[in-house]
Amino acid sequence: MMGAIALVMLFPIGVTLINSFMSTREIGINYGPVGQMNKVMEGRNDLFANLKWLPDQVSLEQYGKVLMDSPLYLSLFWNSVFLVVPIIAGQTLIAALAAYAFSKLRFRGREFMFLIYVLTMLMPFQVTLVPNYIMAERLGLLNSSVAIILPGIFAAFGVFMLRQFMLDIPYAYIEAAKMDGAGHLRIFYTIIIPMVQPGLAALTILLFVDYWNMVEQPLIFLDDPLRQPLSVYLSNVSSEKGLAFAASAIYMAPMVLLFLYAETYFIEGVQLSGIKG
Amino acid sequence: MKNWARKDSSIAWLFLAPSVAGFALFYLIPFGMGVFYSFMDRTVGGQYVGLQNYRELIAGDSFRKAASGTFYFSLVSVPLLIVLSLGLALLLNRSLYGQKWLRTAYVLPLVVPVASIILVWQILFDWNGALNAWLSGFGLARVDWMKTEAARNVIITMYIWKNIGYNVILFLAGLQQIPKDYYETAQIEGAGRLRQFRSITLVYLTSTMFFVVIMSIINSFKVFRETYLIAGPYPHDSIYMLQHFMNNMFLSLDLPKMTAASTLMVGGILIIVLGLFAMERRYRRYME
Repeated sequence: MMGAIALVMLFPIGVTLINSFMSTREIGINYGPVGQMNKVMEGRNDLFANLKWLPDQVSLEQYGKVLMDSPLYLSLFWNSVFLVVPIIAGQTLIAALAAYAFSKLRFRGREFMFLIYVLTMLMPFQVTLVPNYIMAERLGLLNSSVAIILPGIFAAFGVFMLRQFMLDIPYAYIEAAKMDGAGHLRIFYTIIIPMVQPGLAALTILLFVDYWNMVEQPLIFLDDPLRQPLSVYLSNVSSEKGLAFAASAIYMAPMVLLFLYAETYFIEGVQLSGIKG
Repeated sequence: MKNWARKDSSIAWLFLAPSVAGFALFYLIPFGMGVFYSFMDRTVGGQYVGLQNYRELIAGDSFRKAASGTFYFSLVSVPLLIVLSLGLALLLNRSLYGQKWLRTAYVLPLVVPVASIILVWQILFDWNGALNAWLSGFGLARVDWMKTEAARNVIITMYIWKNIGYNVILFLAGLQQIPKDYYETAQIEGAGRLRQFRSITLVYLTSTMFFVVIMSIINSFKVFRETYLIAGPYPHDSIYMLQHFMNNMFLSLDLPKMTAASTLMVGGILIIVLGLFAMERRYRRYME
């Protein structure tokens, strides 16, 4: 039974992958009826999508179209990369610093401040949408990817997660390093950072997942379609079913490969963030 | 000792400065502005109108529709997800052939971008889709999945598909922390399986459960993306959510109403979270 559930879970991913090797013609024949409500209204009741398990013949046509014939696609892919990489790098660094203060240093209002961080983490994107938009407008950031990158860098999630990891490090290490005359900055990068590497890896994956996937922010903050990340383009690609599967497969590939590569870290990271939640 | 604490606190602020500055600029101040705008009639050069936006909001049909849509969705899908994922975690929590592979399969949907799966959902749930093809293959009437009450079930399915793996790994971590000899002792004292589950497993999962519930609620808000991508800005009533409402208000530039809606939503989330905190504290006390 567990196996059957696993198959259901893998089903949409498998369909995408397998269908990415179908020819455009076959896609048209199989999935043409999807979204064609009107034809049915005209009395054609026999039209159904035909979900195929295996292509009639394996074809790289879709991949060819995506990679060779549509330069737009590749440039949108790079847009995604240029949004996600700075967010991950920035949030990891800034969150690690803050997490150190929240877990290992004492100061007034620590608990309260942390509570505020956690609360904003829970809010859906739409809640801060308007004020964020006005803020971006005032700072002159509209239509620039910076309007998406900066809020990403300062999101509370990284602080929350890395704090959980740092709480696990015994204070004795820091005490000992202090005895040897090390300052906090030195303790931070020679002791703490190496010790929370699994946490940094897990955070990287989770942030990658989250921001690789973003749709709402770019739609709101970027008017220029050429600046949009691929996730936005893919989300209305279904009119072009001919290349949609290959495009989707390419888009999910970095995520899936990274996940399979670093699965242990990822799971450890998620579990640790939950145990002391 | 006091001197030491003061030294700590100035260093702490050095470590915190970049994060707090950015956090304030992009989250705290915007949020405060949002609350402020919700009492004005316009965002630029507006006048204070008190609770008027709120009154109009609550009197309006689409806000009520959105609020109840969100409420019912979370009310049904969150408990369902938790029961299912706890069940899976219990099944996975013994030595099982291929356990690691199963876990990978359950977690994989979490990392797959929503946009790249939308097409599969469309092919499945379209009026002419694969699911209806199968139904009619069995001689059953087809269902208009996205344009009837059935839409709610479709969205719940997507939500569970995506999030079950996350909860399963959280529950697995919680289960592995329960000492095995508790169960042995219970067995010797003649406790049945159900009794063991209720008095050991559930009790020791309290803090995990708390976290899982919160994360599941957060993630239930994120299902908006799927809903939006598959059904557009005005989906069937049963899946019209607060985020749809806010997006549409934003696009029609009705900002005061939108900020009022988001303030109410924050209030709602706050009440839920504080309620959960209070419940957890009470439950813990009862345990001790």
